Amino acid sequence: MTKYLARRLLGAIPLVIGIATIVFFAVNLAPGDPTLRFLAPGMNQEVIEQMRANFGLDQPMHIRYVKWLGAMLTGDFGYSFSHSRPVLAVLRDFVPNTLVLSAVALVVAFVLGVLLGTIQAVRQYSKVDSGLSVVLLFFYSMPSFWLALMLILTLSLFARNVWELPIWFPASGMVSTDYEFLSFGAQLRDRFMHLVLPTLSLALVLTAGIARYMRGSMLEVIRQDYIRTAHAKGLSERVVVFKHALRNALIPIITLVGLYIPVLFSGTVFIEYVFAWPGMGRTIYEAILTRDYPLVMAGSFFFAAMVVVANLIADVLYAIVDPRIRYE
Amino acid sequence: MSAESAPALLSVRDLRTWFFTDQGVAKAVDGVSFDVRAGETLGIVGESGCGKTVTSLSVLGLLPQPPARVMEGSSVRLRGEELIGSGERRMRALRGNEISMIFQEPMSSLNPVYKIGGQIAESLRLHRGMDRKAARAEAVRLLAEVGLSEPERRVDEYPHQLSGGMRQRVMIAMALSCEPSLLIADEPTTALDVTVQAQILELLAELRGKFGMAVLLITHDLGVVAEVCDRVVVMYAGQIVETGTVYDIFGEPAHPYTRGLLDSLPSVEDPGKRLDSIPGTVPNPIDWPTGCRFRARCPLATEGCELPQDLVELGEEGRTARCWRAPSLVATGAAT
Repeated sequence: MTKYLARRLLGAIPLVIGIATIVFFAVNLAPGDPTLRFLAPGMNQEVIEQMRANFGLDQPMHIRYVKWLGAMLTGDFGYSFSHSRPVLAVLRDFVPNTLVLSAVALVVAFVLGVLLGTIQAVRQYSKVDSGLSVVLLFFYSMPSFWLALMLILTLSLFARNVWELPIWFPASGMVSTDYEFLSFGAQLRDRFMHLVLPTLSLALVLTAGIARYMRGSMLEVIRQDYIRTAHAKGLSERVVVFKHALRNALIPIITLVGLYIPVLFSGTVFIEYVFAWPGMGRTIYEAILTRDYPLVMAGSFFFAAMVVVANLIADVLYAIVDPRIRYE
Repeated sequence: MSAESAPALLSVRDLRTWFFTDQGVAKAVDGVSFDVRAGETLGIVGESGCGKTVTSLSVLGLLPQPPARVMEGSSVRLRGEELIGSGERRMRALRGNEISMIFQEPMSSLNPVYKIGGQIAESLRLHRGMDRKAARAEAVRLLAEVGLSEPERRVDEYPHQLSGGMRQRVMIAMALSCEPSLLIADEPTTALDVTVQAQILELLAELRGKFGMAVLLITHDLGVVAEVCDRVVVMYAGQIVETGTVYDIFGEPAHPYTRGLLDSLPSVEDPGKRLDSIPGTVPNPIDWPTGCRFRARCPLATEGCELPQDLVELGEEGRTARCWRAPSLVATGAAT
């Protein structure tokens, strides 16, 4: 197990450096110039050159690459042009918010998807199965930004103003404006309520995908000989499904979750924008618009590194669930 | 049959298990009756698709329903208690406890993600109410009992770390864990190497003596039957075609199908002899032939064979054949 993990970790190092390289050149070769934003009419060429020199943009690209990579390896991600403070400080503000949102969405999607897929498989061809199939296909086919808008419309706006329901969910931000004046319990509730809509927008599409695969995986597993053995021992249906079948059926789903992580992160870019969630997704979007090179590079690098980490976690989970991997 | 004279442990009467499929109703088991007496080994022999496995799964109620359905009038009694329609809860209490089962494929019959010790302990904890520690100790003892070397270490291994023969030993340990009175063994040696087959059969025979359980052995291998069975039931096309002691079946087969099966075995007396085979294949269970179901493949078929055939008693107790000509065939010892 330790050896397996060590091998995965070592393999991740060149991958991360490769990602950093691609990110650097993709950002720097893109058209546009960060200084254009500061241009005023009548500004002369000298000032522009001075500004470019301040940003370090006067040097050739390969020099900048080596400097950037070297600095990054020591933990220095440079200085954000648009936020006028170190990139690391910007990351520190926004990264945790994105992690909370993505992690909650992932857990919700995984638990819900696995549960629904299992129910569908065990009750194959029943009304529950077909009903869930239709509902899940509906969510699977919807673009998440549209789903987000519809959720805002129904669960926030209509629920509050038209249907006058006792419960409605806030549609923007992470906390209410009066957050600081709330009691601790009320603060927790406030954070939870703000989390619901963005989480649902991100999670429902993934839930549908996971449930679909889980149904197929489960159907295959419950036909296996060892499931018949489990029944022949006199175990109840519940134990057979949730102990003997579930763990086997999860093996391909773990791979799938690893593959869904990038989908999840790209989803946060839209969703954070729609819900005014102060996270990396929204920050990187704004950084791209202002050609804030250091921040775009650091942000992209962060997302890429997270995908690598998530896949590492998937590999570890894989080994935990399937002993055949562990001993290879 | 002998149901009246000797107390039967398991008594199957007119078992009909049909599969309701899109193509039609497959009458996989179509009116099967037999007894298993306490402590004896009964073999059910037949080609693939004759209904022998479905028969054994019906006894344990392990067939998915639908598409399978055990038809009205079928009866499976364990020590007189009717099992058909006794409810899932009652069946669960019996499975793995009073009646346990081992399967054909040891490679795939153990759950790949759990340690074998845990899989054996599971039955003990369920039926015997043992705690984790006691069940584990008992699992080690059982592994030693089935002849696995280093049971202390093996108990923590996963199925993929064991060979096929070892896995079948684990299956046997699991099946015997609660000392069942009936063990159903469905082709227990088919997937194993010949040398391992012999070991497993010996082990089964030895444990049968030790535990005093009855064994219902499902197989297509007549060699296995000759080795371990007391009595034999020959099945063809969802029906029993012949019953008798192992000596009856091998010494004086009464049904032309049984004769065909025996003739397709190599013979010690005449090693140079070309093996006979039974022409044709098993008919489609959705559309069994009328009359004698073996008629189309039978070398002795004549006009009378178009009529439905009943099991004919052949003098001795428990000796029957589903062929109207069987009495004369046995009497004359007609060459095949």
